[in-house]
Amino acid sequence: MSASSAPKPGETPASILRNFCIIAHIDHGKSTLADRMLQLTGVVDARAARAQYLDRMDIERERGITIKSQAVRMPWTVTEEAAGLHDIDAGPGTYVLNMIDTPGHVDFTYEVSRSLEACEAAVLLVDAAQGIEAQTLANLYLAMAADLHIIPVLNKIDLPSANPEKYAAELAGLVGCEPEDVLRVSAKSGVGVEELLNEIVKQTPPPVGEKDNPARALIFDSVYDTYRGVITYVRVIDGELTHRDRIRMMSTNATHELLELGVISPEAVKSDKIGVGEVGYVITGVKDVRQSRVGDTITTQHHGATESLGGYKHPNPMVYSGLYPLDGDQFGDLREALEKLQLNDAALTYEPETSGALGFGFRCGFLGLLHMEITRDRLEREFNLDLISTAPNVVYDVIMEDGTEIEVTNPSEFPDGKVHEIREPVVRATILSPSDYIGTIMELCQTKRGTLLGMDYLSEDRVEMRYTLPMGDIVFDFFDQLKSRTKGYASLDYERKGDQAADLVKVDILLQGEPVDAFSAIVHRDASYNYGVMMASKLKELIPRQQFEVPIQAAIGARVIARENIRAIRKDVLAKCYGGDISRKRKLLEKQKEGKKRMKMVGRVEVPQEAFVAALSTSGGGTDPKK
Amino acid sequence: MPQALPDTDPAPRDGSLPSFALDGAEQRKLGFYVHVPFCRVRCGYCDFNTYTAPELGDVAGASIATYAGAAIEEVRLARRVMGTREGGVSTVFFGGGTPTLLPAPDLVAVLRSIDLEIGLAPGAEVTTEANPDSVTPQSLAVLREGGFTRLSFGMQSAVPHVLATLDRTHDPLRVPQAVEWARAAGFEEISLDLIYGTPGESTADWATSLEAALSSEPDHISAYSLIVEQGTALARRVRRGELPMPDEDDLADKYLLADERLTAAGLSWYEVSNWARGEQSRCQHNMGYWRGTDWWGVGPGAHSHVGGVRFWNVKHPAAYAQRLLEGLSPAQGREVLSDSERHVERVLLELRLVDGLAIDVLDAHGRAAVPDQVAKGLVEVVDDRLVLTQQGRLLADGVVRDLLVD
Repeated sequence: MSASSAPKPGETPASILRNFCIIAHIDHGKSTLADRMLQLTGVVDARAARAQYLDRMDIERERGITIKSQAVRMPWTVTEEAAGLHDIDAGPGTYVLNMIDTPGHVDFTYEVSRSLEACEAAVLLVDAAQGIEAQTLANLYLAMAADLHIIPVLNKIDLPSANPEKYAAELAGLVGCEPEDVLRVSAKSGVGVEELLNEIVKQTPPPVGEKDNPARALIFDSVYDTYRGVITYVRVIDGELTHRDRIRMMSTNATHELLELGVISPEAVKSDKIGVGEVGYVITGVKDVRQSRVGDTITTQHHGATESLGGYKHPNPMVYSGLYPLDGDQFGDLREALEKLQLNDAALTYEPETSGALGFGFRCGFLGLLHMEITRDRLEREFNLDLISTAPNVVYDVIMEDGTEIEVTNPSEFPDGKVHEIREPVVRATILSPSDYIGTIMELCQTKRGTLLGMDYLSEDRVEMRYTLPMGDIVFDFFDQLKSRTKGYASLDYERKGDQAADLVKVDILLQGEPVDAFSAIVHRDASYNYGVMMASKLKELIPRQQFEVPIQAAIGARVIARENIRAIRKDVLAKCYGGDISRKRKLLEKQKEGKKRMKMVGRVEVPQEAFVAALSTSGGGTDPKK
Repeated sequence: MPQALPDTDPAPRDGSLPSFALDGAEQRKLGFYVHVPFCRVRCGYCDFNTYTAPELGDVAGASIATYAGAAIEEVRLARRVMGTREGGVSTVFFGGGTPTLLPAPDLVAVLRSIDLEIGLAPGAEVTTEANPDSVTPQSLAVLREGGFTRLSFGMQSAVPHVLATLDRTHDPLRVPQAVEWARAAGFEEISLDLIYGTPGESTADWATSLEAALSSEPDHISAYSLIVEQGTALARRVRRGELPMPDEDDLADKYLLADERLTAAGLSWYEVSNWARGEQSRCQHNMGYWRGTDWWGVGPGAHSHVGGVRFWNVKHPAAYAQRLLEGLSPAQGREVLSDSERHVERVLLELRLVDGLAIDVLDAHGRAAVPDQVAKGLVEVVDDRLVLTQQGRLLADGVVRDLLVD
């Protein structure tokens, strides 16, 4: 059907609305399926369809993941025949499907949960050749906890390596349905997608809300646009929003004029109002997504609701890392870039900090490792910056003997005085893996101070293991290790689960007796020796010999736990310097002069910048391949 | 000279120099370097511009027999470009390659052409490098009579297995004999070249070589640490793991041993790698390099420096001869040194000398860096000049860098 004859926003009865999302792992074909649905519903024609229409940012496209969710409104007509075939109670006719795209990664659990709140059903999309992955399972649990109806679907059934029987059984076991209820599609070729659309109409409950109550709309996404300012995606729960309203953010009571509202199909289409159960966007002219936060409730300024929808959480960074420009002159550029990124990223925090070794930079807070990597990537790529990042660390609570509590987001803040207790954040981790690797994974988790909570077989040869693990270890090198030890087969998901007391120490690395702040780390006492030895030997390789001997020490307080020596250089002179050697020598010297300018001085020791980058880049012992 | 030529401007085809390069040339000393690019065999460590007979084949003009003619042609070109000098030519140095592969009369003929065209200064120092294998009492007598005053023998080592690793073919016993012949022929200034740090050379081996060299009572010794130059057979053997890379600490120890033994024998250092029996035995020609005076390099691949302009010849003997045959300059490229480049060169070269570098040559930053270098024990201040200490000689490159970089 053509979009023009479709039911208009604001005038669409809730009974024909179907709000759903797709839960899938990276690469399991969510974006391809979404494209296919856009084409079948006539919202996008095949030729105009950019591949993976919903992924807006280039970086997402490259990494094949979706960071920011959006919502597309698609009209869909159920024919007489289809209504009969699929046994659709509501009968044939035109329906309006809102497809809400969810972020797929562990760091964005909160954003996922808000997206799920905007839906009544979730399509669980799983690669028929690979089965479900840990993150998908975690999101499935979130969806089930949010009371969504689950529609299990196997994708890529036309792959030669597909094993639909096995994975249908696996999904049926997880969702609690029969294996034959699991739909089978090939998003790439389009097989089964039409049937899926009809099943969505059949299985998704229509939204329920009070049409006449004061307006309440849930913000499930908020995106900064250079031209329009912040675009806020909402799901209307009760009442309606009209373009004449002034709106109020219920967490802050800030009010804004509504400059525009509408729906996405798949470009923004203005409308006068959006009503109960509908999904759309609002533009208020705010310039910063922190003024329009995911999870907040929007109501009207006049005759507004008194109770918010609840569930709003302020995003708190869980991982911190120092970001420093390689070239000190780029400090101002880095600040500007962070300002710009923050417009679109309510979870990113940054504060200027100074490192004796690295100069001026920023302490940045992230939701997790992926969030950190993406941010760093974007800074380097979109803003052309060369950065050094310090080892990521989590937030520790240090309780001193005198009862004062110190929040430590940076090893340099670790107090020197008498410590009563240190509390570290803990996560509940879910690991899915072929059962061959159970032993390997248990061994790894043990070295990372993990506690096994339980283990279930998803199918004969696939297992789900649940652990509590210190979050500090997860951000250090756990994921890299897990991937390398299971040849990439294991998948990991984690969520914050409180904290625990732990015997943690700060390991300092000293060059010629001078501590190098960038290399300090907070680690468990049992792992401190390994960290010290690893860093000392790494630095010995990376720092060139100087005119004097340079001892490298790893120390906890005043106690040295590891030591290496960079022997003094004894000879650097060019033996022969005649005739043509002179030009060559001068040019070499000019190169060395340039090199010397790029050296960072730690006390009297010249440390090449490359040494910092190399020492900080490999997250683990330098023994694991990068993931 | 190194194999790789600097990558800079082309040189004018007639070899002419910018006029400023010749301003005040009358007052400056002038030396001639004559590069003889032939060797009987190529040594594995050597990256100089030199060729063996099979490498040259039958290429026209590129032979030992025609070499002197081409070189004399370039001397004439030098006269056309620079004119004559009142003081004449102070030093001439024949290097290679193996100059003594040329018949002694050919060497004498080239020297005579320099005297004829520009004129040798009274008491000019005229040196040739010589392979102990390729001299005879007769050839040495011809050289001495023809005006040569100084010989520099490529001894390298007195230890057979070290010589073998270096691909040197001479019998160690040949060296004292060649020195004896040279003395008999009337040479008063004799130098021996030594190499230390050859893979497999023990400290005892090196001590043996030093003792052997000293037993011939030379007036001068040059001792160079072995440098594994890219593109040499030695570098390939090191890369393949057949030979170990020379160890810098071992090289430092051997330098100190050399300095100790040579000093004890009455030779004192006057440049990082050179020791002489008194000031009169220092190699005046090489001093010219380090003091930034003028010299003209004759021969394939030879480098010249005249008044702040450096230029260098095409490397292949055939191309070299061909250019001269056509009446063109054999210079392939040149660079005109900026003031700051001349400053860098002056610091890096003069600091290598026992006479040191006048402190007032340094800029403000360099002068400010002096106390730290003194504190580190790398330099001493003697009469407002910076002089490297023994430790400083080994670390001279770092000292230069610290004096030049702010």
